[in-house]
Amino acid sequence: MKKLLLFSWFLTLLLLQACNKDENTKTSFQGIVLPANYPAPVYDLSQNPVTEAGFTLGKRLFYERLLSRDTTISCGDCHISYAAFSHPDHATSHGIDNLFGKRNAPAIQNMLWSPTFFWDGGVPNLDLVPLNAIQNPVEMDETPAHVLEKLRNHPAYPGLFKAAYGTDEINTARFLQALSQFMGMLVSANSPYNQYVRKEPGAVLSVEGLAGLEVFTAKCATCHSGALLTDYQFHNNGILDDFSQDQGRFEISTFQEDIGKFKTPSLHNVAVTDPYMHNGKFKTLRSVLDHYSSGVKDSPTLDPRLRQADGTLGIPLSAEEKNYLIAFLNSLTDEDFLRDVRFAE
Amino acid sequence: MKNIKISFLVLLAFVFVFNACKDDEKTETVTGFGSVEIEFDNQAGDKSLVLGNTYKTAFGDTVKFTTFNYYISNIVFGKADGTTYTVPKNESYFLCKQDDETTRAITIDNVPAGDYTTLSFVVGVDSAKSVSAIGERTGVLDPATGASGMYWSWNSGYIFVKVEGTSPAAPLDAGSGERIFQYHTGLFGGYNSTTLNNLKTIKLTAPDEAAEVRENHEAPHFHLYVDVLQMFTSPTNISIAENPYSHSGAYSKTVADNYADMFIIDHVHNH
Repeated sequence: MKKLLLFSWFLTLLLLQACNKDENTKTSFQGIVLPANYPAPVYDLSQNPVTEAGFTLGKRLFYERLLSRDTTISCGDCHISYAAFSHPDHATSHGIDNLFGKRNAPAIQNMLWSPTFFWDGGVPNLDLVPLNAIQNPVEMDETPAHVLEKLRNHPAYPGLFKAAYGTDEINTARFLQALSQFMGMLVSANSPYNQYVRKEPGAVLSVEGLAGLEVFTAKCATCHSGALLTDYQFHNNGILDDFSQDQGRFEISTFQEDIGKFKTPSLHNVAVTDPYMHNGKFKTLRSVLDHYSSGVKDSPTLDPRLRQADGTLGIPLSAEEKNYLIAFLNSLTDEDFLRDVRFAE
Repeated sequence: MKNIKISFLVLLAFVFVFNACKDDEKTETVTGFGSVEIEFDNQAGDKSLVLGNTYKTAFGDTVKFTTFNYYISNIVFGKADGTTYTVPKNESYFLCKQDDETTRAITIDNVPAGDYTTLSFVVGVDSAKSVSAIGERTGVLDPATGASGMYWSWNSGYIFVKVEGTSPAAPLDAGSGERIFQYHTGLFGGYNSTTLNNLKTIKLTAPDEAAEVRENHEAPHFHLYVDVLQMFTSPTNISIAENPYSHSGAYSKTVADNYADMFIIDHVHNH
């Protein structure tokens, strides 16, 4: 009897603990979960550990229109969560005063692994990224100093900074690192392809998708390489033969051989990050593949991999191979990430 | 045997006495720490620079300046015997602006006492600091506040030297209705891949007397002349009509090579 009583006590205790645990997982902040199949992040998280209050502040700042000169534009206006934080339907985005920039708004995802930012790689650290958009005269056209002043005079922000950092001081590093905490949390690694790579139970690719993976590995993965599906290098992929309007990496490096080179984008969620290329020239994945097979334009800096031995330009792709590739590219869509309510406005 | 012992003792005593003498000398004259002032006295040729006044470049262009700013960092003081004192890195970043007199005279404290004959510094912000974490960029290096107007957000890095003004040789600027020239020079060599490196280390020697740094003494004073017109000449005469603007492009190397010789120590003043 005594034994039974003890046992039932034990059982109750166990149950209680189990309950507690469940509660914990529901309410506690998960932070950044590094995917098993991705390499170590480039961003130094130890310099800026992600906390719930820091993430909350960063999210609010990301959607804060006070960051722009006339309080009309937030980061989230051109980087929309359900499009992997790219700008659907916009070849280039309209910023302040409806001015258009010259480049397509890139996706914001897996930023922790990126050694450089923007199409020309002009910004080398995630913490410095927002300064560019804030100061760009066709994006937010505001001075960071004035943004800080507006936040200091705001009823909510001093409290949010205090929650995140212990005191209500609002300075450059705190402001930028809170935004980095939000952007750092935007990890997309749960597409069918990623699950397949991690050999998760039940993870399968379609027959077409698998055939597409084979074509991809043979013909695309030299630039779209590794777990992040990019080499993070700069290439001229023959979009134009005259780069006088936008010289790409050359505008940063000043070296002639960099004229017309732009950074290889990751392909995670590529099906939803249209339009494509630095100038948003292509609306569909098929038009991108058509470009590589038959639309490549020649110029002195064209990537040598787009020159075949017989002198033809581009990557030979049959109609069948294109269909397979599209099936594969569709398997890179991470619905969990696109629908994550923690990230949406 | 005894003799040897005695002579050894004598020798030892000598050594002691000598050492004591040396020590005494040091404590009397050159121990402790003092301060040094460096004044950046901007010039335009043989005249003091005044924003808005008219000057002529080596090429022959008539110019009026509106902005003349530059970063000075990594200051090192040297003695005649070749030994040096390097100012602690984090206390060694200054932004001198022509329109703010308080920024053009800097004081370095805690310099070991001694007679300093040379002064070296970097024009700009060295590459290590240029790539440092955002939390380590405070004061004049804070890209949002202290470095406002001296930082490229789209090509992350500081503008080392910023010279702006108007000239009849410059093209008409639609926005301002003025004929403006702009020379913004930066580029520290790049983060991940190589870019231009326009960092210049300047080494100057005092023309006659050394700066005598002493504890509890008024700081000696390196009085530098910084001739903005030197940026327009030697080795290359800049034509404003041909190159009215230079930012992060290849021409910035020409500008930086030119301004590398705009600094001289006019004199040292000991109080």
